[in-house]
Amino acid sequence: MNGLHVINLSVTRGDRTVLKALDFRVEAGDVLHVQGRNGAGKTTLLEVLSGLRPPAQGRIEPRPAADTLHWLGHRNGLHPALSPQENLHYWCRLHGVSGQGVDAALQRLGLHRQRHRPSGKLSMGQRRRAALARLLAVPRPWWILDEPLAGLDIGATELVAGLLAEHSASGGAALVSSHQPFPYPIPGLRDLVLA
Amino acid sequence: MISAILAVAGRELRLAARQPAEWAQAPVFYLVVVTLFTLTAAPRDPALAVLAPSVVWVGALLSALLGIERMFRSDLDDGNLEQLLLSPTPTPLLVAAKIGSHWLLTAAPLVLIGPLAAVALGMGATGCWTLLWTLLLGTPTLMLIGGFAAALTVGVPRAGLLLPILVLPLMAPVAVFAGGAVRAAVDGLPFAAPLYFLAAELVLALTLLPWAASAALRNALE
Repeated sequence: MNGLHVINLSVTRGDRTVLKALDFRVEAGDVLHVQGRNGAGKTTLLEVLSGLRPPAQGRIEPRPAADTLHWLGHRNGLHPALSPQENLHYWCRLHGVSGQGVDAALQRLGLHRQRHRPSGKLSMGQRRRAALARLLAVPRPWWILDEPLAGLDIGATELVAGLLAEHSASGGAALVSSHQPFPYPIPGLRDLVLA
Repeated sequence: MISAILAVAGRELRLAARQPAEWAQAPVFYLVVVTLFTLTAAPRDPALAVLAPSVVWVGALLSALLGIERMFRSDLDDGNLEQLLLSPTPTPLLVAAKIGSHWLLTAAPLVLIGPLAAVALGMGATGCWTLLWTLLLGTPTLMLIGGFAAALTVGVPRAGLLLPILVLPLMAPVAVFAGGAVRAAVDGLPFAAPLYFLAAELVLALTLLPWAASAALRNALE
């Protein structure tokens, strides 16, 4: 897998320029921890990197293709009337990949017992876990995660840190925004602090 | 690609099975409106049969408006929209699949109810058959226009107030040609030309609006 190079990137939200002249590299095995105060532009930056939003200026080389990245935004991408299992199978078919890994992924995220319950009836943390299960259901080299730890308990936070460590060890790369520090050191972890 | 289109349509149908109130609203509303016309008019009033094409079509137009606002709302709220946009399948095809399943759930029942309502209003057989054709050709156009407008207003709070004003002028030509075809059929005149117009409108809407709607949805995330 090739790394990506962000060159002189500016991003806007509406008519407001949030980030200007940003330069950084992400290589295979890196976990980039994007930090910054509220409104610093973490979400906007990750949306640009995932391809949901065009950059105002500058470029990303090479831009990760849509079928090589996992995007997890603030919203979980789960319909409240469908169970985690149904939501994940739908997602797999939407992206044209096999749904074989879904059950193992839910098991790993500790949702085996809740897999048939409507997502709307799950707690906030359980919904976040269900969304994170996508990362394991289909292996993809790029993980772009916006506040993946929001609503997670200590156990799940450690689990996510473990998943990130495994992902970087297996040669993947992740861009993660989070206000909390990770519970233990992750190999390849670097900080990107947005002013 | 086919798998993604089927996934989107299958999800809509599964959700409809689980939340019947979401799609049953339009057909029930339609039934009530058309029945009210027959009940409030004088018994065996010949004017009713004359007005039947308008009643059936205006009723269809209003019922079509009912569910349109919700077409993409839940996708924006739960984050499915982001995943749709990131799917390798071109978004217009997925949008078309969504609009298609919306048509199947909320407008296809109108295609069946409409001619029956026309019989109740005293319309003859030729008129009813033509009416069926106009509904078959016209309601998909209504749904495509509605889907486009829903995509444009998905980020707007209380879009339900804005949508009818935005959408009804665009839908008017469909109702005009459909009413014209049925009136011509009832009067024993040739009615092929307005039907061709309806078909042309459908083809135009089908080739343009899914693309416009997906551009609007992409814009809604900004």
